[in-house]
Amino acid sequence: MQWSIETRNLRRTFRDRPVRRLFRRAVGTKVPDKVALESVNVTVKPGELFGLLGPNGAGKTTLIKILSTLLLPSAGEALVDGIDVAKDPDGVRRRVNMVSGGEHSGYGILTVRETIWMFSQFYGVPTKVAKKRADAMIERLNLTESADTKTSKLSTGMRQKMNIIRGFVSDPKILFLDEPTLGLDVGIAREVRAFVSEWIKEHPERTVLLTTHYMAEADSMCDRVAIIDQGRVLACDTPANLKRDLAPDCVYQIEVPLWTETISPLDQMPVVRSVAMEHRGDQGRTHLRVILEEEGGIASVTDRLAKRGARVLSMTRLEPSLEDAFLNLVGHGLSSGNGENGAR
Amino acid sequence: MRTNLTTNLRAIWGRAYVRVVGANREPSWLFFEVALPLLASFSFALIYRGMGAPEQYVGFVVVSGAMIAFWQNILWSMAAQFYWEKEMGNLELYLIAPISRMSILMGMAVGGLFMTAIRATLILLIGTWVFGVTYQVSSWLLLTGVFVLTMGAVYGLGMLSSSLFMLFGREAWHTANLFQEPVYFATGFYFPVRALGDLGAMLASAIPLTLGLDAIRQLIFSGTPVNPLFTVKTEMLLLVVATILFNWAALRALRFMENLGKQSGRLTLKGQ
Ligand SMILES: Nc1ncnc2c1ncn2[C@@H]1O[C@H](COP(=O)(O)OP(=O)(O)O)[C@@H](O)[C@H]1O
Ligand SMILES: [Mg+2]
Repeated sequence: MQWSIETRNLRRTFRDRPVRRLFRRAVGTKVPDKVALESVNVTVKPGELFGLLGPNGAGKTTLIKILSTLLLPSAGEALVDGIDVAKDPDGVRRRVNMVSGGEHSGYGILTVRETIWMFSQFYGVPTKVAKKRADAMIERLNLTESADTKTSKLSTGMRQKMNIIRGFVSDPKILFLDEPTLGLDVGIAREVRAFVSEWIKEHPERTVLLTTHYMAEADSMCDRVAIIDQGRVLACDTPANLKRDLAPDCVYQIEVPLWTETISPLDQMPVVRSVAMEHRGDQGRTHLRVILEEEGGIASVTDRLAKRGARVLSMTRLEPSLEDAFLNLVGHGLSSGNGENGAR
Repeated sequence: MRTNLTTNLRAIWGRAYVRVVGANREPSWLFFEVALPLLASFSFALIYRGMGAPEQYVGFVVVSGAMIAFWQNILWSMAAQFYWEKEMGNLELYLIAPISRMSILMGMAVGGLFMTAIRATLILLIGTWVFGVTYQVSSWLLLTGVFVLTMGAVYGLGMLSSSLFMLFGREAWHTANLFQEPVYFATGFYFPVRALGDLGAMLASAIPLTLGLDAIRQLIFSGTPVNPLFTVKTEMLLLVVATILFNWAALRALRFMENLGKQSGRLTLKGQ
């Protein structure tokens, strides 16, 4: 089968700026090259919405830049629709487009419609076709009211919607989306995600490679996800499989009356792998997030709580999340803090 | 091949459109782009008058003022524009498109030409009227030929420098600023370049604009002694060579710089 995207032992390093390198060498410090991607192997099928999930600095953008012909690999190969990015960049360019989050492309003096039209011209789209496509997408993304506004007057959300249309208007076979919902409001992020998911379903040949550091985004949108950290792909599978294989599957949330002792009510129980306590003083309650070694352990947990006088107010079995899988695999969370913008 | 050509033509028009629309939407540009350069020409003309210089010098200044407009269009609205495009994040979108980088540059130049033509015409008309300059054109055909050749060579030079802007951005910007005045001086915008002395004139004529201006002066003030650098024929020949040379070098340089940028990671802004 012909892969839409394929990398073979792809590696990319960066050198320091020449001046700094000279300076450091003069001072006598060794300057190793910065490794942004280390032997990356990924394959993406036609029709797939493939996610790259990883923290800042993981190498996501570097990979997208290589695939979109803005950067050369330091070693290894990258093929897009079977074409080597280093050998035939123009062949690749005819098939792809790219949108990044927080992009400020275009010219403030043009309107949204004009901007989309202008970029369509760089792909040789006849004006009539471009306008028709743009109008449809403008409507679909609820941008009609701003369509004749100068882009310098757009809000962040409106601008990103325009950027999205800008990338889709050339009707690329393969689309690269680099953190497309970065910094967007919940509502707009949701619209953008729905738009992308629908677009890819319209045609079996279409492929999307999306990078994100929003867990829920990768989980809800992507057919498959590669977890990437420090330039290495640590796992690659469907979100469901990643959760099944990597996340502990016995997670309970138990509510008890406010537990004031520092020691957990479930200490020294072999069946309990870990407990996280979260006190809700205002509600007079404590939430326990309990991960069990095995399914059957829950009975002994409730027994123990009863013995300690912690009456169970509510108990929920939690679905393992991609976040649990990520934590298990990478050993640390995503540095973005609570940056989730409401996927699902 | 055919689709390639149409795509590139569309790209040229797409990029030119920004300038054409911009000129209409912000007419205040007209003031800065037309009125201010006029003042520079006028002050030189007045100085020459005051010094009692030969009357044709005033004519030179007016013609040069018009030509400066074209030079500036190419250097600032095209070559240096690459620096802004990089800062804004447009450059990478141009580079991932399946088009020649020259089409984007051409679009910028063509789009700016509209404004430039207005500006050059106004400088010529107002200058001529205010100072009562009289022209005596010996050959319109040659004059057109010299003008086209000069533009061709200057455009090549502009593309060559845009390759520097593409990779070096800010540094190239400062350098261009630094060289602006010396270039005006050396090309003899405001006086016949011979005044620099033989050696100086030779060196200055490496900038194609120098040769073009000198030839235009000879053709346009054919009645008065102008102290030419070479004959018009020689200058045209040199301009042909310069056009071919600069455009060829620019093509190579654009390709080279893009490749260098793709290797070193300096083609795009890092933080994105
Ligand atoms: N042009 C560049 N020059 C030097 N280092 C770079 C460059 N681009 C990226 N890097 C480095 O490579 C690593 C990966 O960066 P990036 O691909 O942007 O990560 P991500 O997109 O996952 O946040 C980072 O450590 C970054 O500092
Ligand atoms: Mg990034």
